[in-house]
Amino acid sequence: MEAWITIVVAVLIILGFFLLMQRSISRIVLGLVVLSNAANLVIFVAPGLLRAKAPLITGESLAGFPHADPLPQALILTAIVIGMGVLAFALGLVYKITKVLEIQDVDEMRKE
Amino acid sequence: MAGQMVEGWLVLAPPVTALLTGILCLFFWDKIRSQRVLQFLGAVTHLCFSYLLVCSVLDTGPVVAKLGGWAAPFGIVYVADLMSALLLLVTGILWSVIALYNFSGGIDRNRERFAYHSLASLLVFGVSGAFVTGDIFHLYVCFEILLMASFVLMVLGNEKEQLAGAFKYLVINLISSIFFVTAIGLLYAQVGTLNFADLSVKIASFEVLPASLQMVAHLLLVAFGVKAGLFPLFYWLPASYHNPPIPVIALFAGLLTKVGLYSLIRTFTFVFPHGGTSTFQIIWWISVFTMVVGVIGAVSKMSIRKILSVHIISQVGYVTLGLAINTPIALAAALYYMVHNMFAKTSLFLISGVVESVNGTDYLKKTGGLFKHSLWISVLFMISAFGLAGIPPLSGFFAKLFLVKAAIANGDLWSVAAALGVSVFTLFSMVKIWNYAFWKNPSDESKFDIENSFLRSIFTPQMISVTILSGFVLGMGIFAGPLWELSIKAAESLTDTSSYVEAVLR
Repeated sequence: MEAWITIVVAVLIILGFFLLMQRSISRIVLGLVVLSNAANLVIFVAPGLLRAKAPLITGESLAGFPHADPLPQALILTAIVIGMGVLAFALGLVYKITKVLEIQDVDEMRKE
Repeated sequence: MAGQMVEGWLVLAPPVTALLTGILCLFFWDKIRSQRVLQFLGAVTHLCFSYLLVCSVLDTGPVVAKLGGWAAPFGIVYVADLMSALLLLVTGILWSVIALYNFSGGIDRNRERFAYHSLASLLVFGVSGAFVTGDIFHLYVCFEILLMASFVLMVLGNEKEQLAGAFKYLVINLISSIFFVTAIGLLYAQVGTLNFADLSVKIASFEVLPASLQMVAHLLLVAFGVKAGLFPLFYWLPASYHNPPIPVIALFAGLLTKVGLYSLIRTFTFVFPHGGTSTFQIIWWISVFTMVVGVIGAVSKMSIRKILSVHIISQVGYVTLGLAINTPIALAAALYYMVHNMFAKTSLFLISGVVESVNGTDYLKKTGGLFKHSLWISVLFMISAFGLAGIPPLSGFFAKLFLVKAAIANGDLWSVAAALGVSVFTLFSMVKIWNYAFWKNPSDESKFDIENSFLRSIFTPQMISVTILSGFVLGMGIFAGPLWELSIKAAESLTDTSSYVEAVLR
C-alpha cells in the first residue's frame, strides 16, 4: 500500500511541476493545487500505514493492539484547510488579473 | 505552578495582542480613525509585553507556555529564549513606529477602508507566533498566517503592477510552503517528533546524520531560503516588493524576510547542528552570492523603492554568512546584523515615503532639493543610509565589524573580502539616493511641494516615527558594547541548547 501511494505522490509531483511550467496562469494555480495535495499525501504515507485501531482510549487496555498514529492526520487536516484558504485567494487573484490586466499568459505579465 | 502560569502567559501575550488587535479593528470597519488608534495601541501593548518578556528571560532563562496544558513534546509549546524574545521586542518597536506613521494620511484612505489595519496586525501575529513557537509544524502554520496577510496586503489597492507582482509572490511562496510541508512529513516519519527541543535531543543522538535526514535539511533550506530571499530563490522579491504603499513595504522589509532568516538559524543550529559540513558550505556559497548579486541589482535601479527593496537581498546574505561560519561569535554577529538591518531598512523605507510625499514620485531623476529645504530629514537619511552601509559610529559598522571578526577568527578570508566589497557598493547606492533626492536641485518636471507633505513640520507623525527609527540606528552604534554582550548571550542559547531543552521538556 505504501509503495502505491508513493507512486501516486511521484506522479502528482511530476504533474504539478509540469503544470507550474505552463504559461497560462490558471494552469499554474492548478499546478499548485496538485503539488499541495502531493505534499499532504507525503505526510500521510511517510510515517507508515497500518491496519490498526483508532487511537481512542475507551477504558479497556490498549496493550497488544496496534493503533494508528493520530498526529499525521491532524497535520494533514490543518494543511488541507490552509491549502484551501490559499487556493481561494489564488483563484480570486487569477480572476482579478484576467479582469484588470486582461491577460492569461505569464509572458504578457512581464511586459506590464 | 502559579508562577509558571504567569510566565507562560507572558510568551503568549505578544502574539495574542496582535491577533486581538486584528480582530478588533474589523469591528470598526468604517471608522478609520479608531482603527488607527487601535492598531497603535495594540502595537504599543505588544511592545510592552515583549519588553517584559525579555526581562523575564534575562532573569530566569527560557519562558515556556504549554498550550492546552499538554506537556511537550505532545502538545504545542510556545517558547521564548533570548533570541526569540529580542526579535519579538524589535518586532514590537517596528510595528509601533509603523502604526504611528499611519496617522494623518501615511497610507491612502481607500486602502485603510479595506482592512489595512486589521491585516497589518494579523501579519504581526504570524510573525510573532513564528518567533516564539517551539514546534516546527506550528511554525508552518504561523508562516501561512503571515503569508496570507501579506498576500492580501500586497494586492490591496488593485493596481496593475501590484497584481502582477503579487502573482509571482504568491506562486513562489506557495512552492516554498509545499517544500516545507513535505520536509515536515519526512522529518516526522524518521524522528517521530516535531518539537524543536525534542528534535534537537533525538537528532543529536545520531552519530552520523542519515542521508534521508540530510535531505530533509536541504528541503528546509530551500523552503526557508525562499522566504528569506536567498540567492537563487529571491526572484519574487524584486518583482513585488516595490509595489505596495510605503507602510506596507516597511512592514514587509522589516519583518518578512527576517522570519525566514530566524527559521534558518533556528533549524540549522538547533535541529541540524551537525547537518554535515556540506550543508554549511552550501549556505556559505549561497550567502556570498546573495550579498554580491543583491547589491549589484540594487546599484542598477533608478527609483528609491527599487534600490531599497533589491538591497534587502544583499543584507540577507550577511546574516546567513554568520550562520554558515557557525561559531557562537558568528551567530551573535548574525543576530546583531539582523536587528540592525530591521531598524535601518524600515527607517529608510519610511524616509523614502517622506521623499515621495514631497516630490510626488520616488523616481530618482524627478526628485531633489530636500537638503536645501529640510536639514532634519537629510540628517536622518544620512544616519540610516550610512548606518546601512557601515560607517562608524552607526549600527552597521559594528554589525559588520563583529561579522568580519568572526570570519577572520575562522580563517575565512574570502567572505571577509566579499562582505567588505559589498558594503562599498551599498555605500554607492545610498550615495546615489543622496545625490539625486537630497543634493541636487528639484528637477523642473517634479511637483516639489513641502507644505502639503509629511515634511510640513518636523512633528508630523511620519517625521516622528522616522526620527525614532533613526535614533535606534544611532543607538545600536553608541551602545554597541552592551548590545553585543546581549547578542552573545542569545547566541549561546543557540549553540548550547541544554537550557532550552530543559525548560521545554522538564
